[in-house]
Amino acid sequence: MAIRDRLSGNEAVAHALKQIGPDVMAAFPITPSTEIPQYFSAYASNGEVDTEFVAVESEHSALSACVGVAASGGRAVTATSSCGLALMWEMLYVASSMRLPIVLAVVNRALTGPININNDHSDSMGARDSGWIQLYAENNQEVYDNTIMAYRIGEHPDVKLPVMACQDGFITSHGIENIELLESDKVTSFIGTFNPDVRLLNPKHPVSMGPYSNASYYMEWKCQQAYAMKQAKQVILDISKEYANISGREYGLFEEYKMEDAERAIVIIGSSAGTAKATVDSLREKGEKVGLIKIRVFRPFPMDELAKALGHVKAVAVMDKAESFSACGGPLFAETRSACYGIPNAPKMINYVYGLGGRDVHVGCIAHVYSDLEKIIKTGDIGETYRHLSVRE
Amino acid sequence: MAYNLKQELAKPERFTGGHRLCAGCGASVAARGVLRALDADDKALIGCATGCLQVSGFLYPYTAWQDSYIHSAFENVGATVSGAEACYRAKKKRGEIDENYKFIAFGGDGGTYDIGFQSLSGAMERGHDMVYICYDNEAYMNTGIQRSSSTPQFADATTSPAGSAIPGKQQRKKDMTEVLAAHNIPYVGQTTFISNFKDLHEKARKAIYTQGPTFLNILAPCPRGWRYPNENLMEICKLAVETCVWPLYEIINGEEWILNYQPKNKLPVEDYLRPQGRFFHMFLPGNEWMIQKAQNAVDNKWNSLIKRCN
Repeated sequence: MAIRDRLSGNEAVAHALKQIGPDVMAAFPITPSTEIPQYFSAYASNGEVDTEFVAVESEHSALSACVGVAASGGRAVTATSSCGLALMWEMLYVASSMRLPIVLAVVNRALTGPININNDHSDSMGARDSGWIQLYAENNQEVYDNTIMAYRIGEHPDVKLPVMACQDGFITSHGIENIELLESDKVTSFIGTFNPDVRLLNPKHPVSMGPYSNASYYMEWKCQQAYAMKQAKQVILDISKEYANISGREYGLFEEYKMEDAERAIVIIGSSAGTAKATVDSLREKGEKVGLIKIRVFRPFPMDELAKALGHVKAVAVMDKAESFSACGGPLFAETRSACYGIPNAPKMINYVYGLGGRDVHVGCIAHVYSDLEKIIKTGDIGETYRHLSVRE
Repeated sequence: MAYNLKQELAKPERFTGGHRLCAGCGASVAARGVLRALDADDKALIGCATGCLQVSGFLYPYTAWQDSYIHSAFENVGATVSGAEACYRAKKKRGEIDENYKFIAFGGDGGTYDIGFQSLSGAMERGHDMVYICYDNEAYMNTGIQRSSSTPQFADATTSPAGSAIPGKQQRKKDMTEVLAAHNIPYVGQTTFISNFKDLHEKARKAIYTQGPTFLNILAPCPRGWRYPNENLMEICKLAVETCVWPLYEIINGEEWILNYQPKNKLPVEDYLRPQGRFFHMFLPGNEWMIQKAQNAVDNKWNSLIKRCN
């Protein structure tokens, strides 16, 4: 029987990690992810896990240590947010190029400039091209589930890539919700053991990892990573199905909410999807044909699937909780519009950058977006495609 | 067993030939010398910071390293190896590994004194059972002889060129050995290539086989950067020691300072400076003050070291 509990998102991740029992956690505190290593170090101090907890002196060293762990053949985990993830940037690419299935619990927070401790997705969106799989969660249950699945996905022989399991800072990380936990023995048997064929701590076959590799081999290296990312899509679906069998909770690459007959849709990531679903419900009560798509897997990007899901919609608003300063829209917009390019009767599409640095997003905000889509359908005029939501003029 | 260079050299190389380091490079001499101090049965997990030793020792698909080896980036070999060591402890605790591993990190002075300083300091403070070896060639040689905080005062480096207004590097060399001693770790040693390599060998053994974090600073001259003939490596090292520019000493637990060698006749610093092209401008007429200043700096450091070792 599943265990019912009330946990914050950070507690949920820490609890999942306790059940997984990685070889090493190396972490450095940063708001709002701090609680994850804090809870976990208490498990270590109290003998509830036999994981080595390494309290490193920076996030760069946290991920560097994780590289050392995973290269040695161990399960590694770290947690971070915002500037911490930015400080890891260099090592993100190193970890993915070495094909190390490290799990990184990202508690999304705005990047500094000015300093801001609240949620947006600028940290992990900036890292979207670093060769990591990215899973996003709407709520505490999802981040718990994603954390457990992350190990299986990253370690799969067709994939061998590091995974970010992301949740929204404070909104889910510190918000307490009802949650269903798996029994620990179920988690243990689900994740199995990690026995990479190539590892530093293999006394019979010493290996060198992390070479200098110039024009003669570098491109093959990158193509193999790109291929692994393509493979990851099916692996994520397979593992999610397997997870559904033990948990009863089903996950795909994204969630479609009331999309069957929807004429207007928004595409969104993370906790704001909850607010958006409430908006959809209330508009549906008024007979409006609205729906939403919540992206769970941003890397690999579900391009074909998304095109299919949006094919019948008349107008779409893509919601970016990150500003990419491209002068033409956020990252989710760029990819979603690209996905829909060339499909017959492609929906009209606008982009809203919203919720930066924790700017509140409520039902009224989302209703405003749906009403903008209504105008577009009525007039046929898209107007400005690149917009900002709830911002002072 | 008494140290015997011939026997030591008969051991299989753990950093083999075929690497692409320059002729006369001190880095490979340091790496081979340190690895000779390992017991044959002991496995080693070696990390290396980005630098000459990395890019010349492991060019895909070739490696000169016979033990398991990892390079991840420039500024983080301390953290990378501490992760590997923590993983080893976890696996030992869980009974998943029987063999005995030693953890050795290599970094040049760039990866040690400068960009990798934080990661090194953190690894030492946390007490990982690992050795950190600095092969100190006193500039960023891999990128083309730019000054580092280890570059000696007045040296001509490509970002501290000896010009008509500014005569080479203005700042003094950071004393990294003392900085590491201040971490109060079980063992810190300073050595270079002298006579039959006994000093290097013994210090490497102590560093490797002392439980906990240890640090060994090896002066590892670079003939291209220092501008002296390739074949003069040993002469340059000897002069560094005989002039007391690079004293041989060790520090136990940050408290016990031991001087390993006291020159019978301390040579003037100019004997060390003159053969090196990087100090050429110090010998131009009117620049005698620079040599005097260098001598004063060496004397002051040496006198304070002697005091600490007594």
